[in-house]
Amino acid sequence: MSKRIISLLKHSFMILISAACIFPLLWMISSSLKTQSTIFSDMSLFVLRPSWQNYITAWVKGNFGIYFLNSVFYTVTIVGGIVLVSSLAAYAFARLEFPFKNFLFLLLLAPMMIPIPGGFVALYVLLNKMHLINTRIGYILPQINAGLAMSIFLLKSFFEKIPRDLEDSARIDGCSRLGIYWHLCLPLAKPALAIVVIYNTLYVWNEYLLAMLILSDKSLMPLTRGLMIFRGEHVTQYPILMAGMCIATIPIIFLYLLMQKHIIKGVMAGAVKG
Amino acid sequence: MAKRTFKNYLFILPALLLFAVFSIYPFIKIFQLSVYRWDGIMPTMKFVGIFNFKDIIFHNPIWWRSMWQAAYITLIALTLQNALALVLALICDRGIKFGNGYRVIFFIPPVLSGIVVGLIWNWIYNGNYGLLNHWLAQLSKWTHISYFSNLERAWLADPRTALTSVAIINMWKGFGWGFLVLLAGLQSIPRQLYEAAKVDGANAWQSFWRITVPLMIPTFGIVSIMTILGAMQIYDIIVSTTGGGPAYHTEVPITRILAAMRGNLQFGYACAMGLVFGAILLSVSLIIIKLSRKLNPLAG
Amino acid sequence: MRILNCKTQGLKSQITNHKFQTNSNDRNSNDRNKKSVCNLVLGAWGLFVIWCLVLGILLVACSPKVKAPREKQLTIWHWMTDRQDAFEELARRYEEKKGVKVKFELYAPSDAYRQKVMAAAQSNTLPDIYGILGGKRFFASFVKSGYVADLTAAMKANKAEWESRFFPKALKINEFSKDNEFGVKPGIYAVPLDVMNIQMVYNKSLFKKAGLDPESPPERWEEFIAAAKKIKGKTGIGGLVSGWGEIWMIDCLANNYAFNIMGEEKVMATIKGEVPYTDPAWVRVLDLFKEMSEQGVLVEGIVTMVNKSAEQMFANERAAFAFNGSWCVNVYQGMNPELDYGVMLPPRVSSQNPMVIWGGAGSSFMVNARSQQKEKAIEFLNWLTQKEQQVFLSSQTNNLPANKKSLSDISVVLRQFADDMDNTTHPNIWSVSEYPLVTETFDKGIQSIIINEKTPLEVAKEVQRVKEREMKKSRE
Repeated sequence: MSKRIISLLKHSFMILISAACIFPLLWMISSSLKTQSTIFSDMSLFVLRPSWQNYITAWVKGNFGIYFLNSVFYTVTIVGGIVLVSSLAAYAFARLEFPFKNFLFLLLLAPMMIPIPGGFVALYVLLNKMHLINTRIGYILPQINAGLAMSIFLLKSFFEKIPRDLEDSARIDGCSRLGIYWHLCLPLAKPALAIVVIYNTLYVWNEYLLAMLILSDKSLMPLTRGLMIFRGEHVTQYPILMAGMCIATIPIIFLYLLMQKHIIKGVMAGAVKG
Repeated sequence: MAKRTFKNYLFILPALLLFAVFSIYPFIKIFQLSVYRWDGIMPTMKFVGIFNFKDIIFHNPIWWRSMWQAAYITLIALTLQNALALVLALICDRGIKFGNGYRVIFFIPPVLSGIVVGLIWNWIYNGNYGLLNHWLAQLSKWTHISYFSNLERAWLADPRTALTSVAIINMWKGFGWGFLVLLAGLQSIPRQLYEAAKVDGANAWQSFWRITVPLMIPTFGIVSIMTILGAMQIYDIIVSTTGGGPAYHTEVPITRILAAMRGNLQFGYACAMGLVFGAILLSVSLIIIKLSRKLNPLAG
Repeated sequence: MRILNCKTQGLKSQITNHKFQTNSNDRNSNDRNKKSVCNLVLGAWGLFVIWCLVLGILLVACSPKVKAPREKQLTIWHWMTDRQDAFEELARRYEEKKGVKVKFELYAPSDAYRQKVMAAAQSNTLPDIYGILGGKRFFASFVKSGYVADLTAAMKANKAEWESRFFPKALKINEFSKDNEFGVKPGIYAVPLDVMNIQMVYNKSLFKKAGLDPESPPERWEEFIAAAKKIKGKTGIGGLVSGWGEIWMIDCLANNYAFNIMGEEKVMATIKGEVPYTDPAWVRVLDLFKEMSEQGVLVEGIVTMVNKSAEQMFANERAAFAFNGSWCVNVYQGMNPELDYGVMLPPRVSSQNPMVIWGGAGSSFMVNARSQQKEKAIEFLNWLTQKEQQVFLSSQTNNLPANKKSLSDISVVLRQFADDMDNTTHPNIWSVSEYPLVTETFDKGIQSIIINEKTPLEVAKEVQRVKEREMKKSRE
């Protein structure tokens, strides 16, 4: 009996928190079906006469066709790059020995802690010197670099948690360090990798300042550029903006759905010394 | 041995290369500019030595105030937000009906765009037709306690509540991350340990303190650092709700740095602010890393 | 790759073996793999290289190969999202007419645009035509650094035909006068596209509901306070709303009253440092905010409200008065087409000096002094500000045109705004400018007066202290 009460309490707590989380999403969706004149005068979540037209307007006027593909391309390459580069480095920092290890680790983490005012200006000057302004690679590489600090930090802590005896036995079996990294550590750190993927994807998917700064051809711009045109200096077309945001949010939620399974599967279950 | 060391370096080579190309130049630039007075455009700048640093540290009370306010937001994030995240992660870790659904829903706030967050919370906190005031009015109607309706106010504009209101938005937006990382950490604790403890007659409370907490210390370390770095550098939420006001009540370091850079055209000064701020964040993070290493039973 | 796979198999079983018995001795199956260690190293690195190659190929394949050389077309950078369509149409017409290709590139929001312009200035990649977002000091730095072409000669050509098209106030914002404090060579440095001014608007239907005459808005301060209180009493709807979370809008109203109470000369003398902010006239200005706050004239939460929220409130009839710029016509039109409102000058406190409002050029374009095609760019801007193009632009975007002859068919409310263009002033047309830090202290001080944290005198003293410090700093 008491078990049932506890379960009831648990669920009501969870539902309360869920309500607080899901409410803005519902508001965003219902707002995307309203019109500019009703969006702030009628605050109810239920829309009597939904104007689905908003979604079409958002897609067409926002040029989502190209931008969407661009965003997917950027996200895949940048996040892929971050995962590869940061996991290699994180493994080295967690398990291998070499001179200046701690110093280098701190150096790589520094961008996470020191806000660089006008860092974009310096970056622009640099990219201009390298002739990377208005190129895809000029947009991709700095963002891979920007994602490294947090990812290395996170992955390193998770790599450290992998029991050493697992590794030792693999080493005795003739696995090289790279082999251990690839076959043992990466699969075991899946939850952390999933977090790194989600974290960086969110960041890259929503990035626009750098895109505005270094890209000028429309054919290179990401999705956020499409959203931006609904936010005028003075007039913001809220319903269409909301519709555009709903479209832009779907892939992220989908990706999260895919990734969170890896977090919960518990690959490490049972792999710690008993 | 040398060859081995070299091979080990190969692992961090890609990261170092990217860092060297894209981070070193901005870093050198910020160090250089911090000793100049420069408006950000003119080809000429004036060397002022450590004047900027002296001014920030000794003559800029608003800067330090902004630092304390960010620290307050961070403190709330560290305690309340992470406690909430931990409770939710523990519930989800043990397996619960609709666990999948909850996990998705808790992650909605971090996914939402800053514009939506700003609109929603401005509406909730609004003094005239805000949701919070509306609920308080309803509450006092039901309970006949006038205390609740006396609480009604423009939450973001009242100096007594502005900072806390912002901190709550930050907490709401951020707990999903803590939840996710903590859940990943919890999932990596082997179930057999709990089973063994149960056989030995430990109750849930004991096994939480004896097993979960010690094994989670590294994860707590990560979450703390992520929270501190995130909350100290809070910016989006401030801009979309209070803009640093009323007066200076919700100013935080980043808004001050940007104000110096944009409004006041003190580019060099802003760089010096960034460095001072960075030094503080760096030392706090180092302390936490050291601390969690010391406390970690597995590392010893 | 095949080797990799077989290796994976071996290790996977290894891991599962280890799950429950960490001291497993069963390693025979892995012996054969020892030889492939080297291959493995190559394999993983190979993967990285492949990833790099794929990335590279994709990049080469996807990046636009044919780039029109810059000399063949005029490039214009701007931040005006709602005008991009109209601009593109004008560019099309221009190409048809003159055979010159013009490309408008939009970078929004204005914050991102500003950073882009600053960055491009540092690396000398500014386009042929661009706009600068910022105060006069910022503008002056651009001119002094040689990024902005002097347009005076072009403006004065043909008996100043170009110059005479504009509202004088609009041009003045882009002009550096003789002996300006920045040391810029006097002249006109930018072309205004549109004009704006900031005044008060009032809700006519709320006036009717409260028994006030909707056609005669309050002209004097006392009348304004009384009207706002009356409306609040009768309808329960708050008085004045404005985006005072963005501090420049506070600055704007405070300066209006400074001009009204002490006259232009004294305001300028204060900026020069000859009159202290603790002067009774300045305290009187600050006092007005205290009065508004104490009389309940301001809507709740005004001190942290962004202007967009303020506009929502006025459009949805949740406030009787708003202090807002002429762009609001557009905003209210979208949010509530039925809204019945009128324009009024901020009610005057003193009758000694005229009520002056902020206004001038809304947005302006500069020509890059280092552009290869400066002449072409100037020619295009000249065309863009001819009557026909200005009428088109203002009809498409509902902004007040900078060309005063293009004011033909605009809405009634917009016309009211236009009629007050002669009463405008703006910090950017003054010959002196206040230190940004002083302005910030002043505006933030007004916020603390409104929330009843500081008295007007305390704020005045604090502003004066900052002012003296800044003056000392710049003398060093």
